[in-house]
Formats: sequence, C-alpha cells, structure tokens
Amino acid sequence: MKKVYINSAVTISAQDTFDSDGFLNEIKGLSGKTVAARYPNYKNYIAPANLRRMAEGVKMGVTAASKALIDSEITQPDAIITGTGMGCIDDTEKFLNAIISNDEQFLTPTAFIQSTHNTVGAQIALGLKCKAYNNTYSQAALSFEWALMDAQLLLQQEEAENVLVGGYEELGKEIISYRRMMEDADGLGIQVPYSEGTSFFVVSSEKIENSVELIAMEVYSTISAESIQNSLKQFLAKNDVDLSEIDVFISGRNGDVFDSYYDLTAELFENNTQLHYKHLSGEFYTASSFGWWAAYEILYRQEIPEAMIFKGEIKSDNHIILLYNQFKGRDHSFILLKR
Amino acid sequence: MGVAITGMGIISAIGHSVEENKTSLLASKTGIGDLRHIQTNHSQAIKVGEVSLSNAELTRQLQLPEVHNYTRTGLLGLLAATAALENANIPDCSTYRTGFISSTTVGGMDMTEKHIKQFDKDITAQKYIETHHAGDSTRKIADALRIHGLVTTISTACSSAANATMLGARLIKAGKLDRVVVGGTDSLSKFTINGFKTLMIQSDSLCAPFDAHRNGLNLGEAAAYLVLESDAVVQKEKKEVLAYLSGYGNANDAFHQTASSENGEGAFLAMQKALKTAKLNPNQIDYIIAHGTATPNNDLSESRALERIFDKQIPDFSSTKSFTGHTLAAAGVVEAVFSILALQEQYIFPNLNFKTPMPETGLKPITSVVKKEIQHVLSNSFGFGGNCSTLIFSRA
Repeated sequence: MKKVYINSAVTISAQDTFDSDGFLNEIKGLSGKTVAARYPNYKNYIAPANLRRMAEGVKMGVTAASKALIDSEITQPDAIITGTGMGCIDDTEKFLNAIISNDEQFLTPTAFIQSTHNTVGAQIALGLKCKAYNNTYSQAALSFEWALMDAQLLLQQEEAENVLVGGYEELGKEIISYRRMMEDADGLGIQVPYSEGTSFFVVSSEKIENSVELIAMEVYSTISAESIQNSLKQFLAKNDVDLSEIDVFISGRNGDVFDSYYDLTAELFENNTQLHYKHLSGEFYTASSFGWWAAYEILYRQEIPEAMIFKGEIKSDNHIILLYNQFKGRDHSFILLKR
Repeated sequence: MGVAITGMGIISAIGHSVEENKTSLLASKTGIGDLRHIQTNHSQAIKVGEVSLSNAELTRQLQLPEVHNYTRTGLLGLLAATAALENANIPDCSTYRTGFISSTTVGGMDMTEKHIKQFDKDITAQKYIETHHAGDSTRKIADALRIHGLVTTISTACSSAANATMLGARLIKAGKLDRVVVGGTDSLSKFTINGFKTLMIQSDSLCAPFDAHRNGLNLGEAAAYLVLESDAVVQKEKKEVLAYLSGYGNANDAFHQTASSENGEGAFLAMQKALKTAKLNPNQIDYIIAHGTATPNNDLSESRALERIFDKQIPDFSSTKSFTGHTLAAAGVVEAVFSILALQEQYIFPNLNFKTPMPETGLKPITSVVKKEIQHVLSNSFGFGGNCSTLIFSRA
C-alpha cells in the first residue's frame, strides 16, 4: 500500500495565515460571538468577473486551493475533494430570504446556482479545466476528515498520485446567529467565537523535500466518554505507534462541556507537549483543517508557536503529532502525522 | 464481479417499498402529479413526484415519538434505510464493521424554510436550528440503525447518491468495511421548487425525457438505500446476492456551474471509467437508465455522450424520471434500485411521455415494458457543478 504525504498546506483563517511567511507569531486575539476570517487579496487568484458572483466561502476556497497547487508545483491534480459542514450558507440564506420577502416572485438564479455544497470543488475544477474525480463531503465536524479519508483511499489504492483536498466554511448571517444564541443559552456552550475559513492541501503518494507523512487516521460517528481512551489506544496499537513516541498532542478544545473528552485523552499524554488552536481559529465545522495545517507547519518548520501551548513546554525535535477533534461529543477523529 | 448487493429499500412517488415501486414500473404508472404537502404560489404551475405520506404518517409508521426533530429528509431516509437492512436480513449492525454513507442536497431545508423566521423566539421551532446541515439526517439514521463508526454524507448535487454508492464499494474493496449501507434522501422544498423555477427548467406538465418537445423536469422526493457486503461476509453468512455493483466512475464536466457541455464530456468520461472498472465493453451493456431529466440541455448533452461511448450502437435506454420526478441527491440510488429490479425481473422499464425523437440525434428510448435478457445495466447521474457519475450493475 502506498504511503500518503502532505506536500503543501495553505489556510485562510481569522489569523494572518495566508499572506504571512511567519507562523502564528503575531496573534490576533479573538472575542465576540462571531469573527470573520482575514480575507486575502482575491484578485491575485480569481478573475474579477468571476469574483463578483462568488460568496466568501467560494472565494476563500478557490484562492487557498490555487495557492496549495502552486506551492506543491502541481498544475492538474488527479482528484479534487472538499468538505464543508454548512456548505454555501451565505447564498442559501440569500436565496431563501428572497423567497420569503418577495413571496416567491422576482427571483434570480445566481444565489440558488451557487448554493450547492459542491460549488467550491466545482469552481476549482472549472478554473483548472480539471475533469478528474471530484467529490464533496458534508458531515458536520467530520466534513474535512472525510474528504481527507477519500484522498487517502485514492492514494493508497493507487487511483491517484496527487489529490487536492480541502475544507471550507463561511459564516453566513442568520443561521450562525441562531446557533450562537443556542450556544450561549446555558453557559455550557463553546467559549470561543464561531468563525470561518478554509484550508487546502496537496496530498500525494510521492515524497518531496517538504513532505509530512499522514501515518493513519480514523473517524467515529459516536464514542462514549467511557471508551474514548480505549479507542485511542486501539487506534495507536493498530498503527504500531507507542504512546511514548508521540511528541505533540493537538486537541480541538473549544471550552464547552465536551472538552471532558480532551481531558480524558490528555491523561495519556501527561509528559507530552499539548497544543490547542480553536482560540486562534474560532470554531466551525471544518476548523480541524486549521489544526491539521498547524500540525503540518510544526513538523515542516520544526517550530511550535507559543500561542498554541495548552500544557507542557516547547521541545525541539518533534517527529510525531497526534490530532484529536470532536464536536459536542460526537464526530471524533484521530490523525497521526510524522516527519 | 464487483461488490455484492444484498439488500435494498426505497420510498418514492411510485411506492413506499421495493415491491410497490416494482409494481408501478411494470404497470407504467407514474407517480407525478399535483403538489400536496408544500404551500407555494407555484403549485398550479408545476407537477411533482411527491411521496404521498405526510410527516405525521411517516412518524407513525416509523414508531417515532410524536415530538421529535426529524426533518422530512430524515424521515424518508430512515424509512428506506431500515427497509434496506431488513431486506438484507441484518437485525444487528454490530456483528461486522458496518458503515453508513448517505447523501442529500438540501439537508434539513424543508424545516429551515418553514421555521427560520421563528428561530429567535419560538422554543418549539428552535429544535430545527441544528437540523439544517446535511449531516443531520445521516447521523439520526445511523444512530437509529446503531451504526457508530464510518458515517458520512456526500453532497455533489444530483450525482450525490451515485457517489455515495461508489464510496461504499471502494471502502469494501479496500477492506476498510465489511458492510455498508449506501444511498440518499431528499425531500421537496420551496427552496428547490423556486430555484429550478428561476432556471426555467421546470415543466408545467408531465416531463418527457429525450422528446423533441421536452420542456423541463418535474422535481421529486425520495429516499433509497442499498446494502453492500464483502465477499467474505456473503460466503460466511450464505447471503443471497440481489446483484453486483460491478463498475463506477466519477468525472467532472468542467464546463459550467449548471449547464452540461455540448458533447457531454463529463458524462462520457464517467461512463468510460465505469466500463473500465467493470472490465466491460460498451456492447455488453444491455440497458441504460439514463439521467434523462427532460431539460433541453441535459438530454441532448447526455445523448451526445451516449453516442460517443456506444459508437451509435446505443443499447436500450429509458429515463425513469418520468415515473418519480427528479429526486435530486437520491436520484442515483433510486435508479440503482430500478437497475437491480431490471436485472432481477429481466424487464426494461419504459420512458413515459415520449413521442418525437429530438432532431439532433433521432434517438428513441424504450417506451413500453419489454422483457429481455439483461446481464448489465448502466445508470447515469449528473449534477450542478459538472459532477458526473456512472454506476454499472450486473446480474447475480
């Protein structure tokens, strides 16, 4: 079975992560109910005529995807796979509100056309004239992970050599405000803002100088708190990785009551460097792709940003990272990366 | 040979079970008619393939508590997925590594569009805030079926369920799963009715796929699921195999966000890949269930692609959307069920409402129920965003 490597990683987020050469060294503190991403200058990547019709998620996605391809010197990927929890929610809300406020009259198709979940994957394919395999996943906090699993499967089964894979989420306006309202109703909700962003990667069966290896990943729709430690131990054992080999543990902590899952797993890593990132990225269904981007950067640069420390100290020589994310006690993912 | 299919379940405008769907197909009885369950200004101007059961009736049939937060998408999906597992004689999903791969385009839109303006104050409406996203119906169905591991949703517009079926087969072939329930669900909504209205590709009469005078599609709603099992499980459990999923292909037209290219390049590539995975020559295909939405653009583009693949020797074909309407995300698996029925019954189902061949191609679909020896059926699904997928089913 072929190995899987990450050969480039690009993210647009609430931090200065796209245009900057640094790695999370100038942090923007996030506060409030929702925080928008820091949008790059799209004109360098998308023609103005197309830009006008695109919602934020599509602009961010197409831009990050273009840069991920450039960074890995790939012109035509063998597959384009995206993941998104809420899809093109901005155009969805726009079209729905036009239906409601105009009583189903005088509607124009643009927002409807661009409201489908596969719009980002489609626009990337259209821009590249790429007729290859194209797929889109939408499974809440596992949307990006499923896109990645599909890419892993294509590479392992030798159905592709270079796959463009990414996750995207845009805030939208209305549903996000109600989700936030429910979150804040009982004081047990997430303690970071809801945000948005996109991360794109070229994953490949070919190792290059910048490569980080994806050793293994596993996703679970549900796991009980009682069995989370065992599930993690089984995952590591299945992939011949000992707990002691893991240098860095990155969790998707967001401050809600379900952080108990991270506390339980962290018990296994008392002496390791423990990192978190959602205070930097905000929470959204594909926020874990920001975590994945950060893990890639840590291994490739051999540098850990201060701002990511949750517990423990920064050590040099980091080779193996374990990422764990879940949302509201379900949609769990374990991912192992190695340099 | 491909991946074994050991169960199927369906609910559509032509029936609430596989048996009822089969009866309607063999009787040439369409399910398309007037809209009943949705309040819209366009109800007189469209025909739809609506499932006759109301949400309350579905709730009773599924023995759910009266108060729940299933969307219609979820209710239809649960009914069909439960039926698929029963058909495969699987009472317990914990015996083998079992996955659930669903698909939907609009997810919980049927409830969002009803309640969005009440979300801020109305406590009874707030339970639908978290049911909008596409994964909601999937996780509810997976939980009800007690499938806890690999659970996901594909959303590639109208090719979604074909891609879900394809992923299931790939996961079984790669040894990552022993069993997988694959399919899709989409309910009618004001959102999609108005969306297709703005594109002016929705017919005010019964749709006529591949006809020269076709004037657009009828929307439909449905859910359908297949159970795929590995050869090892089939042997060990001595399972009866309904048919095999022998080929699949996914390609992108890369032409336009909604329109298909003139020469049907994406469709051509998807069919070509599917034939390759099935190790079949085009002349071995006995029957094609076409995407055939009855829009001017799709049917011409698909016809061109068929001409290119089959070198003008096009096998018998029909579009069953004249029975069910276009069920969007579910279309690929609804037509997978029909493909399997064609293999089991050795019948070709008619393309209703066809009268005049289109002048560009002169192609004539099959217009009546025809008995025929059928070994391999090819089924197409194409969507917005250029997503094109093809599945090939072979006789058990």
